[in-house]
Amino acid sequence: MLRMKSSTVRFLAQMTLLLFWSAITVWASEPKGSPSHGTNIFAPASTPAKSIADLSVFVLVITGIIFVVVFALLAYSVVRFRGRAMDAGREPAQVYGSTQIELAWTIIPILIVVVLFLATARVIHAIQDAPEPAGAVQVTAIGHQYWWEFRYPRLGIVTANELHIPVSDPSHPTPTFLQLLSADTDHSFWVPELAGKTDLIPNHPNRIWMDPQRTGVFLGQCAQYCGTQHAKMLLRVSVDGPEDFAAWVRGQKRLAVEDAGAIAGRRVFESNACMNCHAVTGTAADGRFGPDLTHLMSRATIAAGAAQNTHDNLRLWIQDPSAIKPGSLMPAMKLSDADLDAVVNYMETLR
Amino acid sequence: MSAVTTSFPNAAAGWQLPSRGKVAMAGLIVAESAIFTIFVVAYLFYLGKSITGPTPPEVLETPIFYTICLLSSSLTIHFAAKCLARGIGFAFLGLWLLTIALGGLFLYGTAQEWHRLIYEHGLTISTNLFGTTYYSLVGLHGFHVTVGLVMLLTVAVLGLCGRVGVKQSGHIEVLAMYWHFVDAVWVVVFTVVYVLGR
Amino acid sequence: MSSNAITIPGTQIQARPWVDELHQWVTTVDHKRLGILYILSALLFLAIGGVEALIIRIQLMHSHNNFVSPEVFNRMFTMHGTTMIFFVAMPVLFGFANYLVPLMIGARDMAFPRLNAFSFWLSFLGGLLLYFSFLGGSGLYGAGNAPDVGWWSYAPLGARAFSPGHSSDYWTLSLLVSGFGSIGTAINIIATILCLRCPGMKISRMPLLVWLNLVMAGMVLIAITPLSAAQIMLLIDRYLGGHFFDTQAGGSAVLWMHFFWIFGHPEVYILIIPCFAFMSEIIPVFSRKPIFGYPVMVGATVCIAFVSMSVWAHHMFTIGMNSYANSFFTLTTMAVGVPTGIKIFNWIGTMWGGKIQFKTPMLFSIGFLFQFLIAGLTGIMMASSPFDWQLSLSYFVVAHFHYVIVGGILFALFGAFYYWYPKMTGRMLSERLGKWHFWLFLIGFHLTFDVMHIPGLLGMPRRIYTYEPGRGWDTLNFIITIGAFIQALAILVFLANLAISYFKGARAGNDPWDAWTLEWSISSPPPVYNFATVPTVESRRPLWDLKHPEDPDSRYE
Repeated sequence: MLRMKSSTVRFLAQMTLLLFWSAITVWASEPKGSPSHGTNIFAPASTPAKSIADLSVFVLVITGIIFVVVFALLAYSVVRFRGRAMDAGREPAQVYGSTQIELAWTIIPILIVVVLFLATARVIHAIQDAPEPAGAVQVTAIGHQYWWEFRYPRLGIVTANELHIPVSDPSHPTPTFLQLLSADTDHSFWVPELAGKTDLIPNHPNRIWMDPQRTGVFLGQCAQYCGTQHAKMLLRVSVDGPEDFAAWVRGQKRLAVEDAGAIAGRRVFESNACMNCHAVTGTAADGRFGPDLTHLMSRATIAAGAAQNTHDNLRLWIQDPSAIKPGSLMPAMKLSDADLDAVVNYMETLR
Repeated sequence: MSAVTTSFPNAAAGWQLPSRGKVAMAGLIVAESAIFTIFVVAYLFYLGKSITGPTPPEVLETPIFYTICLLSSSLTIHFAAKCLARGIGFAFLGLWLLTIALGGLFLYGTAQEWHRLIYEHGLTISTNLFGTTYYSLVGLHGFHVTVGLVMLLTVAVLGLCGRVGVKQSGHIEVLAMYWHFVDAVWVVVFTVVYVLGR
Repeated sequence: MSSNAITIPGTQIQARPWVDELHQWVTTVDHKRLGILYILSALLFLAIGGVEALIIRIQLMHSHNNFVSPEVFNRMFTMHGTTMIFFVAMPVLFGFANYLVPLMIGARDMAFPRLNAFSFWLSFLGGLLLYFSFLGGSGLYGAGNAPDVGWWSYAPLGARAFSPGHSSDYWTLSLLVSGFGSIGTAINIIATILCLRCPGMKISRMPLLVWLNLVMAGMVLIAITPLSAAQIMLLIDRYLGGHFFDTQAGGSAVLWMHFFWIFGHPEVYILIIPCFAFMSEIIPVFSRKPIFGYPVMVGATVCIAFVSMSVWAHHMFTIGMNSYANSFFTLTTMAVGVPTGIKIFNWIGTMWGGKIQFKTPMLFSIGFLFQFLIAGLTGIMMASSPFDWQLSLSYFVVAHFHYVIVGGILFALFGAFYYWYPKMTGRMLSERLGKWHFWLFLIGFHLTFDVMHIPGLLGMPRRIYTYEPGRGWDTLNFIITIGAFIQALAILVFLANLAISYFKGARAGNDPWDAWTLEWSISSPPPVYNFATVPTVESRRPLWDLKHPEDPDSRYE
């Protein structure tokens, strides 16, 4: 059996860990196969996310160098200054300190801090103090327990959970500026590939902006613990090309579809408490406590991303929300099967 | 033997260290100052931010008389402690009881003011931000005055039974430190609430 | 023998009945016994908090898992954090401080023995109160609920409207109660150190452990109290209709955050500074050299204490402070890394040129150095606020602070256990079990917390009871859970070592490690009165001077 000194074993173990760690990082940072974009902070698609990613690499390089240097010193001292059996009884030279060395290893870190700080301050101001250009899309995002309300004040649109914003051409930028508010507890808007996160805090409006330069669907979720179903307050941001975005806006601006075949369902909707919480523009329903349902069928998911927007899921959700999202604030209305089917039928006409 | 002697014959003679009681009371004062600082910060932060209800200039009346009472009680306790250290028991007791009376007057003044605020102006701790921050800050201070008075009364009783002499002057000084702290806090609270806040 | 009992011939000394022994322990005011009580209660809560962690990790093992409901999960992470910070880390460090400080300064006991006992029992009661919430915290959800608001209880989540019932009141009250206990202990430590040092032990001659506990105690006075104040305000809001954090009445949720983190950041330095103290005692002894740069170690610690009071809002980079505030806190946070980093260099400087002995305390110390270095560097990453806008509130920050608390604080604590257990019990801990403990824990720790940084970089927020598949988080979380179980196994080995060695460990003499501070000059365990005669000292290492009269430290100070 190979016998090694405890210290050497230690050293090898640490090297192995380092290699293992690096391997995992490389493996994990490859984007996983999925149709929409991932949530990797090092795959930025928008200027703020990119500035952050670039700064992060700079910080990582510097801290990486510090790590290598200090680790080398530690490893060397552990190996080189091992006590040997023959040393028993003799003490090494008792050194109490060295002013020059201590001065050096104080001044160098201070200089590193100055460099890091200056690089950071630049990015802070670039992102936070960016002026809002005239053609920017304005969105007001209001956080609720456990869903997102999105209002486009200039466009007169209200929707929920799935945000559509236009792609931004770097030569003629069309960024989106979001005002962040909250109706109840603290939330946080985090779509990693589009921007750093910013919190939604009641009585404390915040502002965030993004100018995505690739189309596609970007995922994210609430990042500030807001209650029981914090985990299922998901975000879906669809970055559309100019024509798609214009088409989407037109669709959202229309009043609710009035389908004669869904009158029974609409009657159930309006005579139960549904309309107290939900709004369907063009009808008597104008509740604000729950998501606007006017164009429910234009969304890919329901319950803030907790389930795909399918017939079965919709039926289950209306029948008993706690089957999908226990702790959600939507009550089970205890509808009869007939009423339930009618309401689902009505919902499916709200394109 | 299991103990190794570690005496160095030429080690420092005349080894003097501060008194435990004073150091501990100083520590307590530091901790309490931090608590009061947080309440003062909340008071200052919320000035002018109440959405409804009475505002400071509308309802507050500067309690000059009762402030003078409390601040002079610091003087009386200071001289009481001095008298005790010199062994003048009678003067100590007299000044000590005077301190208690002045402190009690201050509390009476606070009670009177709160009665007026609640019943004449309808300002309670739940009325608005001003009510919440005012009653907590002044109330926290009043609580500390009350605790102090209880301790002073205890000493008064012991003193009247003849149990407080020169040997206890160290303890009395520690208690006096607490009382001075309570007064110093009042100076800050007074300035923040009745001077700056209006 | 630890007592000077005189045997009367012809009589039989009866073994003391266990009720009597228990009574002695419950009513003790002896700093050594209170220290051990603190440590034992911390170990109890460590086991409970560890089980809560395992429940969390099982639930997160794969996406859309159903091991526990969201309500239970939210209670688990709240209780895990609260327990570990307030009822494990604080008590165990107070326990070691209680035990060691009087011994190291040549004193008979702490300055206020009865206050000491009172503070311990307040602290323990706080822990019991927190756990009583499982039975008594009834809310709208049914009988018995632990708090589920996270260990920060952010406003307005902690308000009556969003946390009905009493569950979060148990959080508030248990921390208020144990907070007062902490303040009592801190006052005691300061008074002891300033007033009870033995002759010759000037402030500049105290062992670093004593110095650093003095700084820690000072920080407790000004850092714990803001939390107490904020909690009183929360109670006023919940019970007296106050509006401190009531956003509907114009109150500010951000104000709670400021108050909490003015406590919360210095708190983590309060936890790490005593661990620096352990390292500063252990590393020199096992390198056979004095600490490199004693004055700078003291100065750097005092510097950390002050600067750490100015960095708190780096926990709030995402709440929407303006760019000047964000820049300021970036600067101060990076700045506090300088005195902290310097200490690592001083410890390496101590090892440099020495003759290192790789006994278990030293193994844990080297682990500490490696891990604290990494933890500090990930801290610098998050100090850069734009980087933090991505990293904050994600598993990256969870990995970072566990790296500090488990990789730093717990490793240093393990070192302290192996180093001072012989002094406390008169028995050596098993080196064999110690090495098993070390390697198992090291592997489990790195498997869990190295990997845990990655889901954070891949967008996984914290405090979520489940997550979506397809984000690339599944395998990583599985590996993290495996590592957690390995650590649990290592802890079992450690607890077994503590128990078995108490009965079967090799007898330790006064000074099994050939060390240099005063506690090693008396028997193991020490007599109840500590020192038969009050010692006098002439240098920072009195026992070195005695063992090496030809080359005493006093010549060089």
